[in-house]
Amino acid sequence: MKSFILQLRDLMVALKLTVVLLVFSMLLVFAATLDQVNLGIWAVQQKYFQSFIIYAPVGRVMIPIFPGGYLIGGLLLINLVAAHLYRFKFSWRKSGIQLMHAGLILLLIGELLSGLWQQDYHMRLGENETKSYAESFRGNELVFIDATDPAFDDVVAIPEARLASKTPLQHPKLPFRVVPKSYYPNSFLQARSTAVGAPGAVAQANAGFGETIVAVPQPVTHAPKESNAPTAIVELIGPDGTLGVYLTSTQLVLPQQFSVAGRTWKIAMRSQRAYYPFSLTLLKFSYDRYPGTDIPKNFSSRLHLKTPDGRDDRDVLVFMNNPLRYAGLTFYQAGFENNERTTILQVVRNPSWILPYVASALMSLGLIIQFGIHLTGFVRKPRPAPADVVPVTTKSGVPGRVAQGTSVA
Amino acid sequence: MKKHLPTFVVLGAALLVAFTWLKPRSRGEYARATFGQLPTLVNGRVKPLDTVARTSLLTMQGRQRLVVPPGRAIEPIEWLLDMVYRPGLADGYPVFEIVHPDLLALLGVASADGAGQKRFSARQLEPKLRELERQAKLADEVESATRTPFQRAVVQLRNNVVLYQRLQGTFVAVGSDDFLPRLTTLEKNLPAAQALMNGSHGSGVADPAFGKTVLELSREFSTMDTFSYLRPIPTQDPGGNEQWKTTGAAWTDILSTGKAWPAASAFVRIGTAWHDRQPDTFNAASQEMFELLQSTRPDVMARCAVEARFNSAEPFTTSMALYVTAFLLAVLSWLRWPHALQRMAFGLIVLAFLVSTAGIGIRMWLEARPPVTNLYSSALFVGWAAVALCLLLEHFFRNGIGSVAAGLIGFATLLIAHHLALGGDTLEMMRAVLDSNFWLATHVVTITVGYSATFLAGFLALIHVFRGALTRTLDQATARALGKMIYGIICFATLFSLVGTVLGGIWADQSWGRFWGWDPKENGALLIVIWNAIILHARWGGLVRERGLAMLAIGGNIVTAWSWFGVNMLGVGLHSYGFMDAAFWWLIGFVASQLAVVLLASLPEAKWRSAALLASRAPALR
Repeated sequence: MKSFILQLRDLMVALKLTVVLLVFSMLLVFAATLDQVNLGIWAVQQKYFQSFIIYAPVGRVMIPIFPGGYLIGGLLLINLVAAHLYRFKFSWRKSGIQLMHAGLILLLIGELLSGLWQQDYHMRLGENETKSYAESFRGNELVFIDATDPAFDDVVAIPEARLASKTPLQHPKLPFRVVPKSYYPNSFLQARSTAVGAPGAVAQANAGFGETIVAVPQPVTHAPKESNAPTAIVELIGPDGTLGVYLTSTQLVLPQQFSVAGRTWKIAMRSQRAYYPFSLTLLKFSYDRYPGTDIPKNFSSRLHLKTPDGRDDRDVLVFMNNPLRYAGLTFYQAGFENNERTTILQVVRNPSWILPYVASALMSLGLIIQFGIHLTGFVRKPRPAPADVVPVTTKSGVPGRVAQGTSVA
Repeated sequence: MKKHLPTFVVLGAALLVAFTWLKPRSRGEYARATFGQLPTLVNGRVKPLDTVARTSLLTMQGRQRLVVPPGRAIEPIEWLLDMVYRPGLADGYPVFEIVHPDLLALLGVASADGAGQKRFSARQLEPKLRELERQAKLADEVESATRTPFQRAVVQLRNNVVLYQRLQGTFVAVGSDDFLPRLTTLEKNLPAAQALMNGSHGSGVADPAFGKTVLELSREFSTMDTFSYLRPIPTQDPGGNEQWKTTGAAWTDILSTGKAWPAASAFVRIGTAWHDRQPDTFNAASQEMFELLQSTRPDVMARCAVEARFNSAEPFTTSMALYVTAFLLAVLSWLRWPHALQRMAFGLIVLAFLVSTAGIGIRMWLEARPPVTNLYSSALFVGWAAVALCLLLEHFFRNGIGSVAAGLIGFATLLIAHHLALGGDTLEMMRAVLDSNFWLATHVVTITVGYSATFLAGFLALIHVFRGALTRTLDQATARALGKMIYGIICFATLFSLVGTVLGGIWADQSWGRFWGWDPKENGALLIVIWNAIILHARWGGLVRERGLAMLAIGGNIVTAWSWFGVNMLGVGLHSYGFMDAAFWWLIGFVASQLAVVLLASLPEAKWRSAALLASRAPALR
């Protein structure tokens, strides 16, 4: 009887496992593609690909129903590496296949890393507007801005997760403690006077806008064209006791202002920001159409790129198939709004971008070698003779054979 | 004699094909072909009026052929001329296809009233146009993906009616009987008209009736400019760049400058002559316009001449007929006269392949693009590449299988293409993100060849199953040859799908800063790669043999069809440029049919009709 280790090894290097895992990945990709109609692309990635197990609700409990992308991809990776290590023996005949699989391993690792590291932000710029930050599509933050000095803002940002866990927190820059009372990932705001009896609407705030409005919790949405509007209700507690309970939401456009110890503070909930050591100014957005039609020929944004140290101070042009690559970021033309006067750039940070290129190169090389070997083998082999015997059905219905004279000259 | 019969048949077919490529000629007194070659700008592309007439008819009634009462078939360009210049006559031509029963009821017509039970004239729709417009507005508010079949039919018919009216409005003011005579009067008194328009009545006050005509015309010009579908008047902007104007805009300019434009005048004379039935004047004016453009824009005219000839040759219809004939001959060859029929079929396939190569080549030249630019051209190219592979197979194996597969795939893909062409002109301008010849030529072509090869493997597998299970013609050697073919083609398919997918990733990284985004179209391509990889590994691991390989390859048909058409139906993602909602049921039907064949294949081999042949140790053929 084989030891368990040996059995495990045999399983891990088996071609059958490869086939089974490939079938699983196929089902996974198919289901994930279909589910994009309901969940949108981002939630699908979270649920299907960047997970170990996919759960589905049955009644009120979530039960595991299928292995997720990390599990299938991870096993596939182990299977690939193990099989190649176990059977590795260098020969020219197999070198192509081996290179190709090495490339595949790298591609899988690259996809894992970009799943972990890749960040997507967007930057909206009106004409002549300058920004040195991009905003998250989904993440939000609660910010406290020390606006005492009109020349600059000092910002303390609290990510959503901290609010959701309702842990009170104290920051050296803040002269007060922040105690999250409630957090709704999605909500809408309503005037207190009209919200009487609205389900879930609890009047908690007693300062700022919160005195007149309440937040009504909403189910989280994943629909591609909708976004969530989170609300956080926080109590600020200074050394001398409470400063008030504030309601903050991404739906409130203006920050709320208050003073503590002679300094002016602003509190606001907003999209999470990524600040960059350079700024972009939109000079002009253009939407070119084919003459006499509305078919888009090109979208482009002429921008001015500037760093504070003055090393870069130049115009750049972003258009379809031609993003701006700068400081490890890719800015591509993703859309426009406001009567073609505001451009929307998507900002992608993907530190592992090089891996797919290396992987592709390895795979291409492997394929070229493999097919080169096959092709030379095929050409060297003598051609098969034309079929000179074909089956026919005889009158009695019994299959028979008739030789057809070799008449091909 | 018998020995040379295949050669004669193929040569005869080639001769017939050559005839279709002759220069288009107009029968009768009117040189309509000359008029049909005149260029116009529409949807961003300069094309001959002949193309406009054909694609409009295709959009409105699902075919280019038009039979007008009392049972006379007319050319598309003749229809265009009649519709614009003899609307009283053409409004009676049955050019609107309506099949939805509720829509018929809404319009107050019965299918029995229509030509061929489903085609109706503008005059028949006239009384209910207002109601149609109202219903279409209601349907417009519903997102296109969630419209009911009735709403879809309403919107489609409304769009066709609008197209019809905008085509008329390109050349004349719609609804006016004496537009051309009034325009002729205007042309004769241009200086006076200009003076009127500029408000300088200096010498001799114009006749008030004339003043009214000019005012009316100037209003009509601006309406025509707004609603014109085509821009048929070539001119130059101040920078010397080519520009195309609507008839309305051209006449507005003429009125304000007082200077006549030869192109605008030519259309007035052409129209008047067509209306008044004066062939000599019509021919002379068309020829004059033709020569004028020939001298000023020889490149445009050369393209239009080629396109008009391409239109009249209808290469893809020819190849479709040839493919289906070759397919039948090759199938027959397995039962009777194998040698002669196989040669005949092979010859016809080569001929059909050459014709579609010419067709695709001309399309590429006209567009200055790689072969695949939209769903329609992908169907052409999938068929073309699959047939090319079949020709190679037939060259090496010489057993008729390549010809059968080529005939079947060639025919099927051209049929799909034919249905995809119903949306209008298939030589479209490329939307912004696709406007990159480099990536279209590399990524898109490679991926499409991957589709071709996967389909070909699947069709070879279909042949395996059908011949084995339903006929007594599949012997061991043929089964083995088929197995080799399928395996080889799947290797090829894996190579192209993988390379194509990786190239797509690189394009995505170049454009969007990420290699892979799990977008539906990307996933579709990935599914093909994985499926092919499954087949290869299953075979290498000894999990499947010939029959299993065939069953898996048929699964490849499903996967490829899904990735080719299915993902476009989801209507989500960055790649959803080829959206289509009508073909959904066809896709379901195709998938079901493939599953049925897989079931058939899973019958125990002993139950196959070729069981005895497959089991007997027949003498090896090679």
